[in-house]
Amino acid sequence: MSLDSGPDLFTLRRRPASDKLADRSFRWLSVALASLVGLVLLGILLTVISGSRPAIAAYGLAFLTTSNWDPVGDQYGALTAIYGTIVTSALSLLIAVPLGVGTAIFLTENIIPAKLRNTFALMVELLAAIPSVVLGLWAIFVLEPFLRPFLGFLYTSLGWLPIFSTDPQGPGMAPAILILVVMILPIITAIARDSLMQVPPELRQAAYGIGTTRWGAILQVILPAAVSGIAGGVMLALGRAMGETMAVTMIIGNSNNFSWSLLAPGNTISSMLANQFGEADGNQVSALMYAALVLMVLTLLVNVLAQWVVRRLSLKYT
Amino acid sequence: MNGTSAGAFQRSSLTFRPQLARNRWNAVFTGLAGLATATAVLPLVLVLVYVLIKGGSLISFSLLTQLPPAPGLEGGGIGNAIVGTLLVTAIAALIAIPVGVGGGIYLAEYSSNGSFASFVRFGTNVLAGVPSIICGVFVYGLIVSTRIFFGQSYSAMAGGIALAVLMIPTVIKTTDEGLKLVPQDLRLGALGVGATKMVTITQITLPAAFSPIATGIMLGIARAAGETAPLIFTALFSPFWPEGVFNPIATMSVLIYNFAIMPYQAQISLAWAASFVLVLMILAANILARWLSHLARA
Repeated sequence: MSLDSGPDLFTLRRRPASDKLADRSFRWLSVALASLVGLVLLGILLTVISGSRPAIAAYGLAFLTTSNWDPVGDQYGALTAIYGTIVTSALSLLIAVPLGVGTAIFLTENIIPAKLRNTFALMVELLAAIPSVVLGLWAIFVLEPFLRPFLGFLYTSLGWLPIFSTDPQGPGMAPAILILVVMILPIITAIARDSLMQVPPELRQAAYGIGTTRWGAILQVILPAAVSGIAGGVMLALGRAMGETMAVTMIIGNSNNFSWSLLAPGNTISSMLANQFGEADGNQVSALMYAALVLMVLTLLVNVLAQWVVRRLSLKYT
Repeated sequence: MNGTSAGAFQRSSLTFRPQLARNRWNAVFTGLAGLATATAVLPLVLVLVYVLIKGGSLISFSLLTQLPPAPGLEGGGIGNAIVGTLLVTAIAALIAIPVGVGGGIYLAEYSSNGSFASFVRFGTNVLAGVPSIICGVFVYGLIVSTRIFFGQSYSAMAGGIALAVLMIPTVIKTTDEGLKLVPQDLRLGALGVGATKMVTITQITLPAAFSPIATGIMLGIARAAGETAPLIFTALFSPFWPEGVFNPIATMSVLIYNFAIMPYQAQISLAWAASFVLVLMILAANILARWLSHLARA
């Protein structure tokens, strides 16, 4: 453009209509794509609720408290699977939380050189990347045979306790709990490590300054300051453990007979879905949808609770 | 100052004394934390060793290119499952990337704290927490049982859509967070020289946030490639080569699940081999993602 056209540069020019149209449609496209999240969520809810309506009408709340799962007689109760879901996720959490938080502390303190710490942290993160079906395969052929003598010992020595009252015959709840520990450990470790690293260094220095030991500072100053993040991570891990499907399905034994024993084969809601949904028809589909609804409500509660816990417990540093 | 107080001062001197109770407890706790770390790392090492030994030793050209054998027969391979995993994951990525990046753009660029945006953020968190098997149930109800695609029921398309539902929250979150890291000056500069909002986003902010977004997408793809639960009753399985996207298709993850519980040694071997290939692919994708995020910091 030559200088002769100078005055032209300073006249008000309207943006071409095509530009405006493109700009506006880009905005609406992004709105539409964002609202797809809500639509998918709504779709999931509607699918599961409408699918489970016949079963809700037929079995009502007794579905949750009876354990008779009988496709031939068309009678369904999901107590075995609900008990399995709650017990496996709660017990795996009980084992994984101390291990995960301990690991996170070890990897944020300067006990070992930073290079080694980062390597370990990377390894724990990579553990989270291993597909659950591969962990299931490993559990079937390596973990369970290795574990059986120990579980047999539990049965012979503590068999009078209801939770150890059956002879371990292979797949069961106990190996499923251990494989769940392997799966949720990386989540707890990663989130606990993040929260510990966000604690302001001044807090630690103040604690050291008044003469505490390393663990005095960790247990009484640093952990309480990081507790909100850690609790949120634990809740997220609980949600993951309840919904986890493949590894559990492959190792839990998929039995619909109710047993208190951890050494007996059992079932979880998700493993029941994985096993039966493909071949089910009639009322069984509806009963499975009802079970899926129970699982969704449970995980939804846990996830909302997780967000609430993080907000409630978080300490504010100004 | 008399003698007794000097003695008291010496008793609590500044020298480190390991036999003190608090120092002993310190050592005990450090030991416990180290033990926890060893326990946390052990499964990764064990799983990798077993997959490497049991699966890696079986890898051969014919195993990677042949079809699985009929039950009871020897030999065969996982060629169709490798192609299937790549195809289903690609379908998932093709759906999840535009949707996720578009949603993330809306959250970060158009409405960062409106009520609709906070609803979308909440929905993204909830969707991320939905168990993967429920995604399978949803796609089964939406696509498989309604036979919406040309009367076909189980299909690679249905499997890809189920995986896309799992990927979308990850992609939205990383796009949202990646775009928020772009300095506001860049946006103002672009708008100041007369660019429209669309041009600003597509030419300035998205390229500036490329590396965190690409990292998130890569991690999402790696996770989707290993997922099994949403595929069991959407993509199903097939002992043949893929016959297009509207037919049932074999994937490595479903192959492992199906073959691991068969009573035939040939199938169990193939399950280990598929685990080896799958783990290798996923670890490679994770390392690529890590490299992409290092690119950003450099």
